[in-house]
Amino acid sequence: MFRYIIRRLISAVLVMFAISVMVFLIFFATPGVNPAARIAGRSASPEVLRHVSIEFGLDKPLPIRYLIMMYHLFIKQDLTSYVNIGYKIIPQIIAAAPITLSLVFGAALIWLVVGIFGGMIAASNRGKFIDPLIMFLGIATISIPAYWLGEMVNLLTQDKLHASLFPWLPNGGYVAITSNPWEWALHLLFPWLTLAALYSGIYARVLRGELINAMNEDYIRTARAKGLSERRILYRHALRCSLITIVSLFGLDFGALIGGAALLTEVVFGLQGVGWLTYQGLTNLDLPLIMGCVMYGAFFVVLASAVVDILYAYLDPRVRIVT
Amino acid sequence: MRDLKVSFATRQGVVRAVDGLSFDVGPKEVLGIVGESGSGKSVAMYSILGLVRDANVEISGSVKFQGREILGLSDKEMQSVRGGEVGMIFQDPMTALTPVYTVGWQLVEQLRAHNDMTKQEARERARELLAEVGIPDPKSRLHHYPHEFSGGMRQRVVIAMALSCNPKLLIADEPTTALDVTTQAQILDLMERLQERHGSSIVIITHDMGVIAEIADRVIVMYAGRPAEIGPELDVVRSPRHPYTWGLLGAVPRADVKNRRLVTIPGNAVSPLAVPEGCAFAARCPHKMAICDERPPLRGAHQHLDACWLTDEQRLAIRSVATTRGES
Ligand SMILES: Nc1ncnc2c1ncn2[C@@H]1O[C@H](COP(=O)(O)OP(=O)(O)O)[C@@H](O)[C@H]1O
Ligand SMILES: [Mg+2]
Repeated sequence: MFRYIIRRLISAVLVMFAISVMVFLIFFATPGVNPAARIAGRSASPEVLRHVSIEFGLDKPLPIRYLIMMYHLFIKQDLTSYVNIGYKIIPQIIAAAPITLSLVFGAALIWLVVGIFGGMIAASNRGKFIDPLIMFLGIATISIPAYWLGEMVNLLTQDKLHASLFPWLPNGGYVAITSNPWEWALHLLFPWLTLAALYSGIYARVLRGELINAMNEDYIRTARAKGLSERRILYRHALRCSLITIVSLFGLDFGALIGGAALLTEVVFGLQGVGWLTYQGLTNLDLPLIMGCVMYGAFFVVLASAVVDILYAYLDPRVRIVT
Repeated sequence: MRDLKVSFATRQGVVRAVDGLSFDVGPKEVLGIVGESGSGKSVAMYSILGLVRDANVEISGSVKFQGREILGLSDKEMQSVRGGEVGMIFQDPMTALTPVYTVGWQLVEQLRAHNDMTKQEARERARELLAEVGIPDPKSRLHHYPHEFSGGMRQRVVIAMALSCNPKLLIADEPTTALDVTTQAQILDLMERLQERHGSSIVIITHDMGVIAEIADRVIVMYAGRPAEIGPELDVVRSPRHPYTWGLLGAVPRADVKNRRLVTIPGNAVSPLAVPEGCAFAARCPHKMAICDERPPLRGAHQHLDACWLTDEQRLAIRSVATTRGES
């Protein structure tokens, strides 16, 4: 198991390297575009262009340019935006990350609890009315776009019902957990619920399917023939085996969301997280910022998938390499 | 078991999987149930323990275990019977164990479900059980996962599990079908030895007359959910009375016959959706008569019963013709 973890982490590092090379090539070596103009943004003066050329060593061969870029990104961390002059990319991302982490962690907790309970209740009440009800709610939350749901929530809690039902609710924004945990939770409550709604639906539906499949497996019949209680069969055998799927799904969703995929929720609720930052970069065509965000996002996706694989091996002994 | 009937309501119609099955199993007796696949053997046995989980199933009849009616007990009431008084072995050892737990864990789980034991005691007993079913190095094998065992070894684990609580009755659903021939023989040997040691009764399901000849004391031949013939093993194998049994015995590849040709019974097994009112085998029977449209009763002498309208004289004539023609 230990060797498996080491191997998996090494391969994660290699994947990260490959991604950084690819991102670099896409941004700086696409044929027919002038990278200096791209970095400097729209309508940059020749002076700025020259400055960019020197800073990024654009007259040097590609591998050197790659190293310079990585040096600015990771070691000196002084890559600067030319659109919003003076903004250093990395500190900006580092400042935004806790907001995204707070949003996604809280939402993940909610959707795991709701999704797993929903899936289990639906699966163990097959054929009764509660099962199709949960499945309908699931498909409904999946189908509602996050930005629409977010806007509706905002409209209700901040405007229409603010005076009557939600006077206790702050007017958007973010408070760090370190400065005031209660305010932190209050500010994030509706963003959490909005983001969790979509994923709760997905997880409940997936888990229900997995559980129903598992309950038809031979080993469940064996468990029943052993004289175990129905409850034990459901939890210790069926759910335990179904969790394998949920964990891998969760790792990928979680990694992507931390990496910036919670963009819509962040933008709608004015949370200045990484997704929001990416959105800013995209609307301003701020290339260094976009590149920073992409690298950051890729890092979390790769990290999450490494953690998932390790957890997977822990949960499913068949995956472990026999050494 | 008295007049067990199991049917499933399906979109295509009612499937009569088991249609009036009755038998008794005495202490230490080995009863074989034989029939082509689809003849309702598994469904009959699973319904005894309430293991048929289908919302559209209808089960009727009576199953008495040690004088107590167990058909229709709730899952809760059934728990002590399942795995405690009645052990069960399944056809496919590859999928019968939960893949994510070690075999030791799974044995301990069952032991502790039925006995008041500490983890240590259960672990020790699990080790003994693995040793008893012939798994080498049982102490370290306790920590292995099912996928780390071969098919034969897994079936031994399943047998150990079924026997772990000293059941009075062991139900084995085609325990050797998924295994290769040498392993089959070993597993049958093992079951015979354990049966002598533990003194459990066994109901063994198979579609292989060879297995029956090896292990069974008494045989039920099933066709389309109905018993075609019941009798002591020697009688049924040496002097079968039902044309379907004749066909089955012809279909056994015999090791002692050099030029062995797999004899099959002509025609397809009757669709369980359209089992006729009369004799179920009539459509495939070479000796069909007019009366076969009526359901033949199960009758005979000396514990050897069969459900066929043929008279003794007719059977004698048919079988002597077959022997003179040479049965190889
Ligand atoms: N859940 C079910 N729904 C409908 N039909 C079923 C179901 N389970 C079994 N059957 C039918 O019952 C018949 C007997 O099956 P089974 O007992 O498994 O045969 P076998 O003798 O091979 O063990 C088959 O025709 C099968 O199609
Ligand atoms: Mg079967």
